[in-house]
Amino acid sequence: MKTLLSAVFIGLALPAAATDISSFTLDNGMEVVVLEDHRAPVVVQTVWYKVGAADEVPGKSGTAHFLEHLMFKGTDTMESGELSATVTRNGGSDNAFTSWDYTAYYQRVAADRLPLMMKMEADRMRGLQMTEDDVATERNVVLEERNQRTDSDPSALFREQMRAAQFLNHAYGTPIIGWRHEIEQLNRDDAFAFYRQYYAPNNAILVVAGDVNPDDVKSLAETYYGPITPTEGLKERLRPTEPPQLVERRMEMTDARVSRPYVTRSYLAPERNPGDQSEAAALEFLASLLGGDGATSYLGQALMFDDAKATYVSAYYSGTSLDVGSFGLTIVPVPGVSLEQAEQALDDTIAQFIEQGVDLDQFERLKTQLRASRIYAQDNIESLAREYGMELAVGLSIDDVRAWPDALDAITPEEVIAAAKSVFNKSNAVTGYLMPESTPEEVAQ
Amino acid sequence: MTYFTSLIAGVAIAVAGFIAPAFAQIEVQEVTTDGGITAWLVEEHSIPFTALELRFKGGTSLDRPDKRGEINLMMATLEEGAADLDAQGFAKARDSLAASFNFDAYTDSVTISARFLTENRDAAINLLRLAIMDTRFDQDAVDRVRGQVQSIIESDATSPNAIATSTLNALAFGDHPYGSSDNGTGESVAALTREDMFTARDRAMVKDRLYVAAVGDITAPELSALLDGLLGDLPQTGPDMAPRVEPALKGGVTVVPFDTPQSVVLFGQSGITRDDPDFIAAYIANEILGGSRESRLMQEVREKRGLTYGIGSYLVPYDQSEVILGQFSSSNSVTGQAIDVVKDEWQKLVDQGISQEELDAAKTYLTGAYALRFDGNAPIANILAGMQMIGLDRDYILHRNELVDAVTLDGINRVVRELYNPEDLTFVVVGQPEDLKSD
Repeated sequence: MKTLLSAVFIGLALPAAATDISSFTLDNGMEVVVLEDHRAPVVVQTVWYKVGAADEVPGKSGTAHFLEHLMFKGTDTMESGELSATVTRNGGSDNAFTSWDYTAYYQRVAADRLPLMMKMEADRMRGLQMTEDDVATERNVVLEERNQRTDSDPSALFREQMRAAQFLNHAYGTPIIGWRHEIEQLNRDDAFAFYRQYYAPNNAILVVAGDVNPDDVKSLAETYYGPITPTEGLKERLRPTEPPQLVERRMEMTDARVSRPYVTRSYLAPERNPGDQSEAAALEFLASLLGGDGATSYLGQALMFDDAKATYVSAYYSGTSLDVGSFGLTIVPVPGVSLEQAEQALDDTIAQFIEQGVDLDQFERLKTQLRASRIYAQDNIESLAREYGMELAVGLSIDDVRAWPDALDAITPEEVIAAAKSVFNKSNAVTGYLMPESTPEEVAQ
Repeated sequence: MTYFTSLIAGVAIAVAGFIAPAFAQIEVQEVTTDGGITAWLVEEHSIPFTALELRFKGGTSLDRPDKRGEINLMMATLEEGAADLDAQGFAKARDSLAASFNFDAYTDSVTISARFLTENRDAAINLLRLAIMDTRFDQDAVDRVRGQVQSIIESDATSPNAIATSTLNALAFGDHPYGSSDNGTGESVAALTREDMFTARDRAMVKDRLYVAAVGDITAPELSALLDGLLGDLPQTGPDMAPRVEPALKGGVTVVPFDTPQSVVLFGQSGITRDDPDFIAAYIANEILGGSRESRLMQEVREKRGLTYGIGSYLVPYDQSEVILGQFSSSNSVTGQAIDVVKDEWQKLVDQGISQEELDAAKTYLTGAYALRFDGNAPIANILAGMQMIGLDRDYILHRNELVDAVTLDGINRVVRELYNPEDLTFVVVGQPEDLKSD
């Protein structure tokens, strides 16, 4: 089948059990995780800062992401652009990414270049320098990025509006890249203040994955990251929480660039918590059972096959976050079915799912795929490293990461239905219609 | 069954990547089955699964003239039911085995990428064989997937990126299949029938245009038997390939008005064939001009001026034509300025050439990065299938970096002067660029 939207599908991918994993903490508080894979002479270094867009000062949205861009400017010992140029010269690739809960930096190189990568990454943890020119030019780059990723894409704009409606009080409602009018005002001092406070070894996790051994990584990490002074007095990450949501929030948006209208809904949902992941595991199963594969999922069978009202349906669960997570549904109706009819069909189908209970054959197939994903995951150490970094950065422990496959495997059909009953509460939801602008001819018809 | 093995040993350690700790060598075996199918194989027994890559030359350029979109729709419908399984039955059977099959259609090829566990390999391959050889193409399945394709066609009609691509392709290739979308048009797709699907399948997947690579937990004899069972009954040969076409890119700017804050800009000119002796030099030249973050275009358009989030250029050697393409997006207010920078860089490249320092830096990057591509069963299978399709032999993995290192400064600058032509550089702009009009 053809995939219609670039929707977020959170699959049941798992850390592989067979990979050798070790961890330790440096004296200055920096956590280190080492994942070994000796099949190829390649290493990936990622440094995760436990700070993201949801930690920004109100009114300064986009600071975390803007700083991520500026981290590629110079340091006390490196010229602007020198870090990336050095990675490239060594045949490697590098990048960085920002989320609400973390900011991460990444290099992939031949294994024997790890010391050089560590030297440079450690250097920019505390030694960042930037000129006003750097800042002004890079702000334009970020505005172009916002143009490209958000303002040119009605679905992205719509998602931004949906999130803003979902979170009244928590900064998860503010876009990671920032609101345009606030990006335009970001300056060097904003970025530096954020940097000085949060970029410190005691707020960072180093994940090294590939053809390395843990003793060597430990000695290198002590050499390069060990001497860096921690930030004193870093506080626990307590963000404003959501007030009780008393009523469903609904929105309609039109944009001439939309070709097919659709309905999407998101619910607040519990996130994975340290030592307590079973409800999240049930929601992960719920998303796969409802919307995982078009031909076998409950929504797909009901709405694309049995009573073909939809061109596309999906369900996702996003629960790897520091604070509250979300569960989402999308339906793109076939021509001739209205958004109201599509939404009604979606609601009816979910009610029917809860009433009928889980199809045990489908449940067993998902468990089979889950077990197989542990085998397949061993082939991609990089995505494994990314999972570890992300999960530790949102406050889970290595034990939690390791326990996640078992938490998933232990889920029963009854727990899935209980999770469905709990999460599908419309007074926890935002429902949105995204539509093309109706033209006069269409109105006349 | 016959097969022979070529050991790529010694210096390959740093070159070819995928090395089990106990072995200081990588083996790319060539397997020829009893049925005459040739495949490349890397045995990697440490994880109990196999990645299998099947490619057929031709792709959507084999669409019949009034049936544009037929091969794309056919590939998308292959997994929608086979033998006594309907679409849902097929998906359930596949999921029960935890196998994955991806069917894709491209301009010059159709591909099947499969991944399956060792413990149920035979069952997974039997299922895949049903999809290829005993496809149902049920009317309801064809109609359902057709609806999905049509929604993509509609979505492309309001996507600045898709509009830019279709405009440039139409300019460059006109009525040739390369000149229009693989998806077809709303009209052409609406008219496709179930019978067209069977015809398209038998045109697109034929033995004498097949290239196979397998990487993973499988031996040569096992692979050989598997391939004969899976593919032995395919038609031997297919229709004539699409004719050659010269890209009609002769300069100028085409503006397609579209209400959006940021213009999408595509640019291009004629390129170079993959089998040209100068291809490697051209590849390095493109790397320096627009192939990486350190490239001239990234430095001039993004880093120095902040006019875009990203800009890149690419050598695109199709089977029947060759172009150099590039792309970026800029706010409408600075699109014209960014285009001027690109034109200047094209001119500067031809006038002043490449410096020794740039050439050395690009060589270091390209030779160092090559080994890093070989990371995982599926990526290696992709590389090996791709190499066969462009006619490289297995030893290329060993010699590729030598070819890069052998390019001289005089050589690359000669190629730059012959290949790049600022007057031919053609721009397509979709948006509301200020101070910019079609000419």
